[in-house]
Amino acid sequence: MKLTGAQILWESLVREGVTCVFGYPGGAILPAYDAMLDYPIRHILVRHEQGAAHMADGYARATGQVGVAIATSGPGATNLVTGIATAMMDSSPIVCITGQVGSKLIGSDAFQETDITGITLPITKHNYLLSNPEDVAATVREAFHVARSGRPGPVLIDMTKDCQQKSCEFTWPEASTSPAGRPNLGPKDADLEAAIALLQTAARPMILAGNGITASGASEIIRRFAEHTDIPIGMTLLGIGSVPASHPLNLGMMGMHGEAWVNQAIQEADLLVALGMRFDDRVTGNVKTYALNARKIHVEIDRSEINKNVKVDVGLVGDVGQIVSALLPRVAKGDHSEWRAHIDSMRGDAAVRDIKNLPDSGHLYAAHVINDLWRETEGKAVVVSDVGQHQMWEAQYYHHEQPRSLITSGGLGTMGFALPAAIGAKVARPDAEVWVVVGDGGFQMTMCELATIAQENLDIKVAIINNGYLGMVRQWQEFFYERRYAATPLTSPDFVKLAEAFGLTAMRVSERANVIPTVQAARAHKGTVVIDFRVEQEDTVYPMVPAGADLQNMIRRPSVLAETGADQ
Amino acid sequence: MMTFVVYVENKPGVLTRVASLFRRRAYNIESLTVGRSESPGVSRMTIVVDTNDEGAHHVAAHLYKLVNVLRVDNVTNRPNVTRELALIKVATTAGTRPEIFQLADVFRARIIDVSADSLVLELTGGEAKLDRLLEVLEPFGVLEMARTGTLAMARGEGTAVTAPAGYAPGREGAADPHDISYSV
Repeated sequence: MKLTGAQILWESLVREGVTCVFGYPGGAILPAYDAMLDYPIRHILVRHEQGAAHMADGYARATGQVGVAIATSGPGATNLVTGIATAMMDSSPIVCITGQVGSKLIGSDAFQETDITGITLPITKHNYLLSNPEDVAATVREAFHVARSGRPGPVLIDMTKDCQQKSCEFTWPEASTSPAGRPNLGPKDADLEAAIALLQTAARPMILAGNGITASGASEIIRRFAEHTDIPIGMTLLGIGSVPASHPLNLGMMGMHGEAWVNQAIQEADLLVALGMRFDDRVTGNVKTYALNARKIHVEIDRSEINKNVKVDVGLVGDVGQIVSALLPRVAKGDHSEWRAHIDSMRGDAAVRDIKNLPDSGHLYAAHVINDLWRETEGKAVVVSDVGQHQMWEAQYYHHEQPRSLITSGGLGTMGFALPAAIGAKVARPDAEVWVVVGDGGFQMTMCELATIAQENLDIKVAIINNGYLGMVRQWQEFFYERRYAATPLTSPDFVKLAEAFGLTAMRVSERANVIPTVQAARAHKGTVVIDFRVEQEDTVYPMVPAGADLQNMIRRPSVLAETGADQ
Repeated sequence: MMTFVVYVENKPGVLTRVASLFRRRAYNIESLTVGRSESPGVSRMTIVVDTNDEGAHHVAAHLYKLVNVLRVDNVTNRPNVTRELALIKVATTAGTRPEIFQLADVFRARIIDVSADSLVLELTGGEAKLDRLLEVLEPFGVLEMARTGTLAMARGEGTAVTAPAGYAPGREGAADPHDISYSV
């Protein structure tokens, strides 16, 4: 069967299970778009290619399946870059297809020519430049394999226009055995023994749960392991959801805006069991003073992460679910009730200081909004948060019980991620209740995708946490730059009118009493609702470890008295 | 200094991928050579990196993340031979020529071109030997020098680096030898 390169592309994508792509057409990708009409593919037309990459990313994070973005050459391709880098940092499997000028024109600075394989080289797991239709099928097969195998990540396929137009015989290769899918041999038995010895003798152990648990689908085995060994669990931002928030062993989030007792427990622990996480600087604070009392076991699929940021005693390279399954039957049942009671005692007055327990002063705090949202949705929504203060409050006050129920840009911290990523998540899981929690700054970076939502008739609830500032930057200016608010006050359009202009329903809330009724009304409405929450302007995310500071030296939440005083 | 022998697929852009990796992870490449290996479709690189044992682990781990990399061998602490080739153009006069010929003889360098006022020497050897010849030639006036960078090969049976069995250009990848233990 002779097919064009463009047809082979779709034949291959369909065989890889792709039913939906996010993209934007243009000259160099036209043959592929033309061929697409003959295949059972849903195409979501984005308003900016950055949105396409974020949507593919959101699709991947919501399901674990590879998300696909498609764009033309030149600016179409370069617009994908931020989305690709976001997926790279958070190990999200996406495949991006870009058009390229004809192979005879490459290197001639032709119209809309750009070296996208060169540009994306450091932010993809791998990329390809194709100029022969004969290579298309095997490359697509390999690209999907690379994207989802090992530590997942983004792959880009750049196809010249003539590669899409020329014809050849189509054969679907059996299976891809790319070197990137090197067989996972698992850790050596000696290393497992060393880990077991540490686990058996630890008096104050702690599990650090990261994104790898979700990627591996290992939530259940991790929970059983923690219960069997009686080891409390701290979560990274992307680890949230991998263990239910309500689980008695789950202490909550660690790191820069983690809970003080979690960080304190890490500093006092005598053993850290790091599962599918990478000791990011937002997690460790000053690495020179990080967990000095603890031996460390690091279970991680990417061996280059072992000893990269923090020196460990035992590194176990491989799939976290498989490794913990191997450890579980060989570790004796543990009892660390004394240690857990000690951690509990460190919570101290934290609950009293917690903003959600403040009496209603009439002021609307972001934490109230998010906590009420959690209560109303019973913690069952898929929440897609953006980047900044609201992202940290979401992590603190929305309690996630399910893996893949929090989607957020962790490693790259990409503002503008939430709205398009939520579109990807909703398309992937149409039955899920999807909420966007986004700041007024980040929302304006990609709000054009409201048009995509309207065109596709999607049902996404958007909570804009509107404080009139680029809040997290303002907070740093408050703490570290003597309140010199350079370029952080932010004027926004009327978000209600804006959403209505897109044909969407919109609401506004300025008082705490109206939060729950509005959330209820939004949930009752079939279709997208944009809610403009006018929250306290100069609110601050506590607790906080200043960048590079020691983990135990957190800036704690102010006492209720101080907070109430500030209210007056 | 750490010396790596790296087998890579002979595909466009592989050198860029390797070089880009060293740049973004801030490792200093002392020298890098690349050429064909004994297996068709497989290129062989010798990379000398200014780093320590711990850095070497990371270099190997990062290299293995590149799809086109088939095998990485750190030959630094194994019995190995390393060679570099240099072409050196030296200024000569009728008076100095015999002396340079003698020095070349001592270093087993070959004279491969002679002009009226200069000659070109070819020398193969370890880096130190090349440096020493250069040193003794300096007083005569070194006009030009070209060096290839280091080539390395492990000695003897069993340490030889071979391309994966049954390798066909394209897809049959080698298993990661997985010989690194992280236990302390």
